[in-house]
Amino acid sequence: MAFDAATPNARETLRFLACGSVDDGKSSLIGRLLWETGQVMDDTRAALARDSRRFGTTGEAPDLALLVDGLEAERAQGITIDVAYRSFATARRSFLVADTPGHEQYTRNMATGASGCDAAVLLVDARKGLLVQTRRHATICALLGIRDLVLAVNKMDLVDFDEATFHRIAAEFAALATSLGFRSATSVPISARDGDNVTTASAAMPWHDGPPLLTLLENLPLQRPELAAPPRLPVQWINRASPDFRGLCGTVAAGTWRRGDAITIATTGATSRIARILSPDGEREQAEAGEAVTLILAEEIDAARGDLLAPPDQRPAVATQFAADLVWFDAEPLFPGREYLLRAGTAWTPCTVTRIRHRLDIATGATEPADSAAMNEAVLANLSTLQPLAFDPYAECRPTGGLILVDRATNRTVGAGMIRHVLRRAANIHRQAGLVTPTARAALLGQSPRVVWFTGLSGSGKSTIARLVEQRLHAAGRATMLLDGDNLRHGLNRDLGFTEADRVENIRRAGEAAKLLAEAGLIAICAFISPFRTDRRMVREMLPPGGFLEIFVDAPLADCIQRDPKGLYAKALAGEIPNFTGIGSPYEPPEAPDLILRSTPGTTPEMLAEAVLARLAAP
Amino acid sequence: MNLPVRHAAKPQIEACPQETGALLPVALTAHLRRLESEAIGIIRDCFAAFRRPVLLYSIGKDSSVLLHLARKACAPARLPMPLLHVDTGWKFREMIAFRDRTAREHGLDLIVHTNPEGLRRGIDPIASGSALHTRVMKTEALRQALDAHGFDAALGGARRDEERSRAKERIFSHRGPGHAWDPRDQRPELWSLFNTRLAEGESMRVFPLSNWTELDVWDYIEAERIPVVPLYFAALRPVVRRAGTWIMVDDARLPLAPDEQLEQRMVRFRTLGCYPLSGAVESAAATLPAIIAEMRAASTSERQGRLIDGDEDASMERKKREGYF
Ligand SMILES: Nc1nc2c(ncn2[C@@H]2O[C@H](COP(=O)(O)OP(=O)(O)OP(=O)(O)O)[C@@H](O)[C@H]2O)c(=O)[nH]1
Ligand SMILES: [Mg+2]
Repeated sequence: MAFDAATPNARETLRFLACGSVDDGKSSLIGRLLWETGQVMDDTRAALARDSRRFGTTGEAPDLALLVDGLEAERAQGITIDVAYRSFATARRSFLVADTPGHEQYTRNMATGASGCDAAVLLVDARKGLLVQTRRHATICALLGIRDLVLAVNKMDLVDFDEATFHRIAAEFAALATSLGFRSATSVPISARDGDNVTTASAAMPWHDGPPLLTLLENLPLQRPELAAPPRLPVQWINRASPDFRGLCGTVAAGTWRRGDAITIATTGATSRIARILSPDGEREQAEAGEAVTLILAEEIDAARGDLLAPPDQRPAVATQFAADLVWFDAEPLFPGREYLLRAGTAWTPCTVTRIRHRLDIATGATEPADSAAMNEAVLANLSTLQPLAFDPYAECRPTGGLILVDRATNRTVGAGMIRHVLRRAANIHRQAGLVTPTARAALLGQSPRVVWFTGLSGSGKSTIARLVEQRLHAAGRATMLLDGDNLRHGLNRDLGFTEADRVENIRRAGEAAKLLAEAGLIAICAFISPFRTDRRMVREMLPPGGFLEIFVDAPLADCIQRDPKGLYAKALAGEIPNFTGIGSPYEPPEAPDLILRSTPGTTPEMLAEAVLARLAAP
Repeated sequence: MNLPVRHAAKPQIEACPQETGALLPVALTAHLRRLESEAIGIIRDCFAAFRRPVLLYSIGKDSSVLLHLARKACAPARLPMPLLHVDTGWKFREMIAFRDRTAREHGLDLIVHTNPEGLRRGIDPIASGSALHTRVMKTEALRQALDAHGFDAALGGARRDEERSRAKERIFSHRGPGHAWDPRDQRPELWSLFNTRLAEGESMRVFPLSNWTELDVWDYIEAERIPVVPLYFAALRPVVRRAGTWIMVDDARLPLAPDEQLEQRMVRFRTLGCYPLSGAVESAAATLPAIIAEMRAASTSERQGRLIDGDEDASMERKKREGYF
């Protein structure tokens, strides 16, 4: 065999993925590469023969896809569900390959496999040519910054190794690759099942004059653009080994740091110099992108996990408003206004998408307006973070330009983003601190401003109790204001309907309005169904600690339906009002409300209002 | 049976552990340096993100490498997490001696846990069978120890090249209540932006060596001169032929069948576990270069000698879904 089965470790490693539509032969191809480079040991071969008889799709021959489809469900269904990472080596190069699933449902796993890759092998079935899913994967590769693509036109055995078929598909692919801006795009006709043009030239396709796939992979350029980018280091962990040792630990994200270099914390501007660089193999004069190091600074400055270190004269952008390409992963769609947690580098911050600028139509490459993003869709969006974020455009520096979004309630990773640029609007708008502070305004009124937020089903009695509470407070000489969901929908929120996206925006505006009232020194009493936990938390986090009082008016749905003061339940049950909370749309009760109000026989709204006043009076 | 063995800390661990080694370190290849930095980055994320992380220490070569990397990740500080060894009571005696010596020399916080329920029921790998023994003494025992100490993240030395269901697992592998792995619904994991967030009752398994191969591990051990259990090196050992492999008779608890004969043979182990379930290979490789040379020429995988994986199809994946490592 031409290959050295073991992996002499001296060579560089190319990280690539295999992608493309369902059943186009990705796993079979990776299995074939592992097989022919001597990665498959005798015991694994024996197990493969057993499995092939049981699950295989290739008759008597071993089904090489089973070498990588390692989950029970994958073998039983003959498909790939999640990424498999495998390594192999030739005399020239080591490879780490991610075999990704073709099914649209598992696109997030394909994106997982593609992140961090240097190159991609895109497969198509020679009988089918480029499909929408092929284009989706090519688009995701492009968004994630992969520059080199190899198109493997597979199953050539099923089209009689026809030259014209290959050239037709290769031409179509060349057009796609150009429109997506890849640096290199090469096509090769193969049969993964039989091994034609995989590691050796195919006798069945003498008309093809290019090298086999493996040779192409051995010769792809291996570049690490972050090496040439300005130095960056996200602080990961502070090492306080002893009272007189304080090290900033992290992996160099870009460029080269040298002993004596000046450094700045991007978000605070604090500046110092590097006194020592400790690397895993001892003290060093310099450290480059990819190395895990500990920096000891000449002058102590305040630094913490999440800070990004940069040279004072080559700083990253620092902003709370920026534009990013997002790929959405979750079954629950992305809505502007809803709050997520964002991780970029080592920093975490709450974040909302303020606007979706357009959606990418994967099939045509065109952009179209959108107000939400469903699973597997790609959009360009404006984001707004609670804390200022330091970053570089993803195109200039991948390690400091990527981000993930995490759902606050479920902790699922719901999306990934590639930052494009700071929003000009944000760059020029700075907060203006007034001469009179909220505290001073409240002092003049002699009260502690609050947002008293009633949440509960329609007809649960929120508005009735809220009105009584305002009346009592007013009588006691307090300055108040009542915000009611229905009333706001006649004015400020007149343009909003009842889709999930509009409901989120409805609550965001109500929250902002309540916040202004509180800053004016008032006690803002708000009655909103506000069915979603994340939205209520969003309002809570707009306000200072203790400024938000969540009051859950807990009336059973059956009672509300029976009461039906506005006749809405009757209509909703008759199917006339879609998305009605409790009927067509869920209500998420608070997990830790500040007060729960429950009507039992004999309780009056007045008694419940008293309970609220008592809670307000409590410290 | 929950014995926290605490050793007094060594006065001060040096900034760069190997600098003070008597032997000069061999320069690492670019490939190993990249893997090393990747692993250290992962480990540091654990130091910073989790309330109470633990290093699962199984005494084998992968654990030795993981421990070495964890100590580098925090040098010159003391390792900010304890080691947990789930002891089935059937480990090789040389493993236990090595474990205790390692903990003592580096001043580590070592927790040893054995499932008291399993001991009471007299579960053993021979009479009870490997499947039941593994479930009770490894899977259940691990869950007990993690819950008892409230560990929210457990770092282990598993590699993706070991087995095909491991090749599918994330580096930060989320476990639901009861430590169950749901292979059909793993969190997307992009770049090195790991999602470390957990809800109450959930935990994380973290695999810093995910992208290493068996050969990488040995090359690194050689370059960094990391001590490993002597059982990896060939020596004359008392063995019997069983199920197509050599089983070492480590103590008097191993019953011999009438047709089984105790022999002295030059053998070594590619993986270590419970001695009645770990098969040895005949070998003359008594040094690291010899081991590495032997491995380059090997035609079987390292798991081949393990008697537990063949128990049932896809056994590793099933065990993980039940909360196994
Ligand atoms: N005739 C022929 N069949 C092939 C070839 N390559 C793959 N197949 C068959 O196509 C089917 C799908 O192959 P897989 O390798 O599982 O496809 P995949 O792209 O990994 O599928 P997913 O991961 O589920 O998207 C299997 O039955 C293979 O045996 C080929 O070159 N020729
Ligand atoms: Mg597949």
